[in-house]
Amino acid sequence: MAGTLQDLAQDDLASKSDAGLRRADRLRRQRRRATLEAVSAPALAFALLAVWQICVPLFNVSAFVLPTPVDILARVVTDYRLLLTHAWITAAEVVVGFLCAAVVGILVALAVFYSRMVERAVYPLLIAMQTIPKVALAPLVVLYLGYDWGPKLFLSFLISFFPIVVATVVGLKGLDRGYANLVKSMGASEAQVFLKVRLPAALPSIFGSFKVALSLAVIGAVLGEYVAAERGLGYLQLQANANFDVTLNFAAVFVIALLGVALYSIIIVAEKIVNTRQGART
Amino acid sequence: MNAPFPSFDMAERPEQHLGNGIAVQIDHVQKIFETRDGDEVIALEGADLAVPAGEFVAVVGPSGCGKSTLLSMIAGIDSPTSGRILVDNKPLIGPNPRTSVVFQNDYLLPWRNIIDNVLLPIEIKRLDTRLYRQRAEALLTQVGLAGFGGRFPSELSGGMRQRVAICRAVIQEPGLLLMDEPFGALDALTREQMIMDLQNLWLRLQNTVVFITHGIDEAVFLADRVIIMSPRPGRIDMQLEIDLPRPRKWNEIHRNPGFTEAVAKVRGRFEEQGVLKAG
Repeated sequence: MAGTLQDLAQDDLASKSDAGLRRADRLRRQRRRATLEAVSAPALAFALLAVWQICVPLFNVSAFVLPTPVDILARVVTDYRLLLTHAWITAAEVVVGFLCAAVVGILVALAVFYSRMVERAVYPLLIAMQTIPKVALAPLVVLYLGYDWGPKLFLSFLISFFPIVVATVVGLKGLDRGYANLVKSMGASEAQVFLKVRLPAALPSIFGSFKVALSLAVIGAVLGEYVAAERGLGYLQLQANANFDVTLNFAAVFVIALLGVALYSIIIVAEKIVNTRQGART
Repeated sequence: MNAPFPSFDMAERPEQHLGNGIAVQIDHVQKIFETRDGDEVIALEGADLAVPAGEFVAVVGPSGCGKSTLLSMIAGIDSPTSGRILVDNKPLIGPNPRTSVVFQNDYLLPWRNIIDNVLLPIEIKRLDTRLYRQRAEALLTQVGLAGFGGRFPSELSGGMRQRVAICRAVIQEPGLLLMDEPFGALDALTREQMIMDLQNLWLRLQNTVVFITHGIDEAVFLADRVIIMSPRPGRIDMQLEIDLPRPRKWNEIHRNPGFTEAVAKVRGRFEEQGVLKAG
C-alpha cells in the first residue's frame, strides 16, 4: 500500500517535470520562431542589396550606368546637405498635400454619408474621377497653378484624396445599424452617435486609407516636381539626369524612400496612440 | 460594494417605478414599411396593449410578426405609422431616459473595455461616470464577471458578453427594460442560466419588462403575462396570465402542471395559426 502511494507520488513528480520540460521546450521554440520572423525582412533586404553589390563588379557594369549600394550610400553621406535642402521641400509638399487630403476627404465622406442627395450626386462623380490618371493632369495643373508650391500641393492632394474619401465612407457605412440604435435608445444625439460609435468604428479603415494616401502623396509631390520645379528631390533627380550623375539620382531615390517610410511610421504611431487612448478612455 | 444590488449613493435617486399605474400603453399602433419597390408592408396592425408598472410581459410570435418593430417603437427609436404609445403616461417623442434596451446582439463596443461598455449610457447622458463605477463593478460581480472590468469584449464568450449588455442596460435601474430576443444567440445551457439570472435580477429591480422571444418555455417561465402575436400582418392575438409562484425554478418548473398547461396553450395557439404543425 505504502509502496503504491510512493510510486504514485513519484509518477506524479515525473509527469510534472515532464510537463515542465515540454513547456520550456515549447517556449524555446516559440522564441526562436519569433526571432526568426523579426529578422526575416531585414535579412531579405540585406541579401538583395548584397546580390546587387556583388553583381555590379561581377558583370563589369560601369559605375556610370549602375552604381553599387555602397556607392549610393557614400554619396548620400557626402552630399547630405544638398539632399537635405531638397528633402525638406518635398517633405513639406507631401505633408501639406496629405493633410489637406485628410481633412477635405473626411469632410466629403461625412457629407456623402449623411446626405442622400450628396451621395447620389457627388459620389458617382468622385468614383468616375478616380479613374482619370492623375499623372495625365500634371502638365495641365502646372499650366493653371504655375511653378511654385501650387501644382505640387495640388497633385499630392488630388492623388491622395480619393482613397481617403472612399475608405471613410465604407468605414462609416460598414457599421451595423444596431450599434447606432442602441446608443440612440440611450438618448444619444447624432453628434454623440458619431463620436462614440461611428467614428471609432471607422477609424481602422480611415487609418488604412491614410497609409495608402501617404505613399500616394509622395508620388504626387515628386510628380509635381518632375513637371516644373526649381527645388525638391524630384527636381534634384532631373538635375542629376542632366549631368549624367546616376549615383546622385539613386541617392535622391533613396532619400525619397526614406521620407516615405518616416512619414508612414508617423501614421502608424498616431494610430497606436489613438487606439490606446480609446482603449483606456473612461 | 458587498450588497447584492447596491442602490444609488447619489443625491437624486430615481423613482423605483414608472409611476404606479400603466408603464406602457399602446393604442391602435400600426406600422407600415415601404419596400424598395414602393410596395407597402404592414408590419403591425392595430396593436393595443397596456402594461402595468412592475409587470413582466413576454411577447411571443413567429418571425416577421412585428414584435421587434413594436419593441423599437416602445424604445422610441422607431415611430408608429398611426396610433400612439405612452410610456410613463407621456406620449413618446424619442427615447425615454428611464427606458433601457437589450438586443439579441450584445452590441458591446469592441474598443472599450467591459467596465467602460457598462458605463456607456452614463457617458451618453453626460453624468459623472466616477459615481457609477463602483455600481458597474458590483453589477458585473453579480452576474459572475468579477474582475473582468478591464478585459475587452473580444476576450469574452457570447454568454458573458450578453451579461455585460444586461449590466449596461440596468446600470441606471431603468423603470422599463425592453429585451429583444436577448438569449436568441446563446447555446442552450447558457440560455438556461441566463433565464434564471434574469428572473433573479428582475425580482430585485421590480421594474417593468417587455421581453420578446421565440422561446415559448422561456416566455412562460419568466413572464407574468404572455402576449401571443399572429403572423404577418402582426396583431396581438391572445394574452395569457401566468400565475405561478416566484421565484420559479427552471429545473422544477417542467413538472409544474400550471407551467406545462400554459406552454401547451401557447403551442396550441401557434398550431391554430398554422405557425406550428400539430403532431
